[in-house]
Amino acid sequence: MEPILKGRGLVKRYGKVTALDRCDFDLMPGEVLAVIGDNGAGKSSLIKAVSGAVIPDEGTVELEGREVRFTSPIEARKAGIETVYQTLAMSPALSIADNMFMGREIRKPGFRGKILRQLDRRKMEEIARDKLTELGLLTIQNINQAVETLSGGQRQGVAVARAAAFGSKVIILDEPTAALGVKESRKVLELIQDVKSRGIPIILISHNMPHVFEVADRVHVHRLGKRLCVIDPKDHSMSDAVAYMTGAKVPDGVHAD
Amino acid sequence: MSGSDDYEAAAATAAGEVAAFDDSRKGVVSRFHHALHTTPALVPLIVLLASIAIFGVLLGSRFFSPFALTLILQQVQIVGIVAAAQSLVILTAGIDLSVGAIAVISSVVMGQFTFRYGIPVEVAIACGLTFGTLIGALNGWLVAVMKLPPFIVTLGMWQIVLAANYLYSANETIRSQDIAEQAPLLQLMGAKFSLGGAVFTFGVIFLLLLVLVLAYVLKHTAWGRHVYAVGDDPEAAELSGVDVKKTLISVYALAGLICAFAGWALIGRIGSVSPTSGQLLNIESITAVVIGGISLFGGRGSIVGTFFGALIVGVFTLGLRLLGADAQWTFLLIGLLIIAAVAVDQWIRKVAA
Repeated sequence: MEPILKGRGLVKRYGKVTALDRCDFDLMPGEVLAVIGDNGAGKSSLIKAVSGAVIPDEGTVELEGREVRFTSPIEARKAGIETVYQTLAMSPALSIADNMFMGREIRKPGFRGKILRQLDRRKMEEIARDKLTELGLLTIQNINQAVETLSGGQRQGVAVARAAAFGSKVIILDEPTAALGVKESRKVLELIQDVKSRGIPIILISHNMPHVFEVADRVHVHRLGKRLCVIDPKDHSMSDAVAYMTGAKVPDGVHAD
Repeated sequence: MSGSDDYEAAAATAAGEVAAFDDSRKGVVSRFHHALHTTPALVPLIVLLASIAIFGVLLGSRFFSPFALTLILQQVQIVGIVAAAQSLVILTAGIDLSVGAIAVISSVVMGQFTFRYGIPVEVAIACGLTFGTLIGALNGWLVAVMKLPPFIVTLGMWQIVLAANYLYSANETIRSQDIAEQAPLLQLMGAKFSLGGAVFTFGVIFLLLLVLVLAYVLKHTAWGRHVYAVGDDPEAAELSGVDVKKTLISVYALAGLICAFAGWALIGRIGSVSPTSGQLLNIESITAVVIGGISLFGGRGSIVGTFFGALIVGVFTLGLRLLGADAQWTFLLIGLLIIAAVAVDQWIRKVAA
């Protein structure tokens, strides 16, 4: 099986710091791939390089076997890669529906849409409500509620729903449970399973080992700017993973350097 | 999976609806708070109606007549138009200190092009409007692309434009009689017509239409939502797919165009083209915006609120004058209103109340 998203020999330097050092990356169709690594290992740079937020100095990124060169997250998004940032990238004062359709609004058909540029609010609200219900974020009474009035878990839910609604090929989740409580994290993990069951592959960046080991099919261990190894969470323990990513232990078949 | 004990089970018996979006607000205060949060123009509307009622009771038909009330509209038309431009900029968390200067130099361009170069007045007006738009676009470019703070950019632009205005016009006023004889189109915005006892000018009609059109655009078009999103959180807007630079430049350019229209209306109001007019438009427009409930931090408020804000200032000015009070009382009360409005804004922003 061919990877849906593939990175080869990615290099990214910031001045004298090498954030990515000839890094490879593979995401298979339909899987949840966790990316773990110590702080400063270059996880974020890797994710940004495949999602268009930074342009790698060297190396190639392929989406469905075709080479792509994204120069902005918007281009990646148009190609079907949706990213849920740790900051969630939502406008607090605007409504749930406004946020879900920010940058890809739907206009009314005919004269009112074409000439008056009028937005089709009813349609956007309907789709937003459907998407949230689909992901089990039910009992939404007011889709026009400002995002800032939601709890952290609810906001995360809306951000994931936005990604799931539009991400046709790949969804990237950056630390989705980092700011959440136990119950809210549970909800987000369920969301991840829901999205996966619909056949969309997910890249999950997380520091939370129990969460990673629960939902990931494979775990990409990142160390010193490159992929150290990819492990199957069923065959390795959490302490193994932590040992690999901190350099305390070297996985079989990898030469220490 | 390694020995992860079932720590989450402890929470299993707790209430399950994590993501329920219920709207359980209790009490009059929090209901009012919620209403303000969703309808920011409510506060200035209440203040406006209350002040009209109070002056109406104190002054009777001298104040509470179609003539007096429409006189207020005529007196606030210029500030109202400029404040509409200011609102757009402040919604993006910026500020435009050059609005007054743009209005004045646009009126000077319209006048001088007509009288100095003999250009047809229609073309001269178009040139004035274009010139205002270009200055606005330059402000926008400096803010969006060069990433300079809006306060500094427009503070500098204010000085540059005002100085250019004096240099170019040689500090000369074009007299009202000359305009009326040779280029009456320049005074179009001042043309009056009456309905019953109410007196309107084209400038007032333009202000009313402008507010309605901008309210529609901000609420019902993608561009309008982008303006709010950029003011709310520019990084989030960028990541959500909004072209922040384009939005900012278009906002400042549109503000420049609206100010140029204000310059045209200014000729109609004072009759002549004077490079020394409109000196207080900056401060007056910011006052109207703030009293109108638009947050200086961006992303919150409505253009209708600004319109109410401008009217409040007009009501106080006329009402106190008819009462025979010292004009300083007007400034004192406006000062109080500004501080009160910002206090209310801070309170509204506390969503967790």
